[in-house]
Amino acid sequence: MKNKRLDLSYTQMKWETVFRRILIFMSVILVLIVIGILITLIIESMPSIKSLGIGYLWGKVWDPVANIYGAYPFLIGTLLTSFIALILSIPFSYAVSIYLGEYNPKGWLSNLLKNSIELIAAVPSIIYGFWGLFVLVPVIRTFEAKIGVAPYGIGIFTASLVLAVMIIPYAASLGITLIRMVPSPLKEGAYALGATRFEVIRSVIMPYTRSGLFAGVLLSLGRALGETMAVTMLIGNTSTLAHTFKDLIFGPSNTMASVIANEFTEADHTVYLSALIELGLVLFFVTVIINLIGKRIITRFTNS
Amino acid sequence: MEHTVVSASKFNAWFGDNHVVKDVTIGIEKNQVIAVMGPSGCGKTTFLRCINRMHELIPGATAKGSLKLYDDEVYTMNPIYVRYKIGMVFQRPNPFPNLSIYDNVVAGYKLNGLKMAKADMDVIVEKSLTSAALWKEVKDSLHKKGTFLSGGQQQRLCIARAIAMEPEVILFDEPTSALDPISTSSVEQLFHELKENYTLIIVTHNMQQAARVSDKTAFFYMGELVEFDDTKQMFTAPTDVRTQNYITGRFS
Repeated sequence: MKNKRLDLSYTQMKWETVFRRILIFMSVILVLIVIGILITLIIESMPSIKSLGIGYLWGKVWDPVANIYGAYPFLIGTLLTSFIALILSIPFSYAVSIYLGEYNPKGWLSNLLKNSIELIAAVPSIIYGFWGLFVLVPVIRTFEAKIGVAPYGIGIFTASLVLAVMIIPYAASLGITLIRMVPSPLKEGAYALGATRFEVIRSVIMPYTRSGLFAGVLLSLGRALGETMAVTMLIGNTSTLAHTFKDLIFGPSNTMASVIANEFTEADHTVYLSALIELGLVLFFVTVIINLIGKRIITRFTNS
Repeated sequence: MEHTVVSASKFNAWFGDNHVVKDVTIGIEKNQVIAVMGPSGCGKTTFLRCINRMHELIPGATAKGSLKLYDDEVYTMNPIYVRYKIGMVFQRPNPFPNLSIYDNVVAGYKLNGLKMAKADMDVIVEKSLTSAALWKEVKDSLHKKGTFLSGGQQQRLCIARAIAMEPEVILFDEPTSALDPISTSSVEQLFHELKENYTLIIVTHNMQQAARVSDKTAFFYMGELVEFDDTKQMFTAPTDVRTQNYITGRFS
């Protein structure tokens, strides 16, 4: 019996090693895929990097007919749409997280709301594009006419509004889960000192979940930066940079992703195609950099 | 010293840079109940967790020195086998919530993929639950979930689960600190019966409990084993002034 048990324990250890190797193998494959994508992007954008140089990044003109390529308008377009969308979505995702996480964590209403919010993420982005075009654009047009800007209806503001709706579930569902996970002794400790719901949320739940909620916001931002279809349909697709801030926000524009989607099939010579791919590379780096900054902020929150 | 089951010599353990167990040398004899006591943070639980190599499961935790089960060096043995030979019961009762009482008792066999006939399994379940003084209370509800039991019953279920593997030594990490006084006394009663067949090492905060249940007591302070002696001797005439201070409640 004893030796049999010892033999078995060695077999168990062997399987443990095999299992661990499988896990490592799977994880390494994922890393390799990311590195592979990066390498492909770099190789494919070489013609553009060679002929356009670093000035590509701040070139303000994008004119494929004249063979002039500058990424600056799209960089601005991408960052503006994403951050406006993020700022618009944060109050909603926080409110929903707090309501469904703390005030109403159980019951049919809570489930209904939570499922509907998760459904927002499941709707294909082209449908948001359609909805934006047919419903939102006329409304925005009237609004723009009232505040005295050119009533295009499409543009960064419209794209941001739709984008804001699309990214809510990413921050919200993580937030709901995190707030439900706050240990009840902690909350009860504050209630027992006479705190109200609001005070418990402000001084116990928020500090406890702060870094997690921020991670959810970061997830939303990542989604916003790369979102293509709905944005392409609503942003107006103009490659020239507007001169005034008002025109920039309410007028038609372009993001990196929307330019690639729009012009990829039309790119008829090497440098044009390569310039579009380089745009993809820039988008890749922008996403990585914003994620790294976010991670730094999260660690700082967690340590203090 | 041929009856020594577990022996440590110059044994050390760390959490990262934090030296929590310092040069511990101890010999634990067969079929005895050993109480390990000391103030919070003195390294007693860490030492206990080193005996069946649970300590190393925590990232950053390391151990050095000699720790033997009979003549075999625990830290060169197969850790799976070590844990089969040295069972453990934790501070909070932790029956597997997805398993019935019956399946909880034979969980060790199922987890390890040991196949056996239903009849043999029935025998093990009855024997283990009887040894853990739980058989009479649960024999009609063996297929209910273990989590429906009271805290004390759950803890005895966890003891049955450890006994089922027929270990040499059972480690208890403050086994009654989450239990009410009645459950505590039933578990303490159990220690007296269990020592017929097993060697028990019990970490406890409760000095009365150490005095009631143990044959020998080890007193840890700041990571060192200050004193290890017969429990009666220790509680009536401790040799070290730190032990005396602790027992008389001058610090805790």
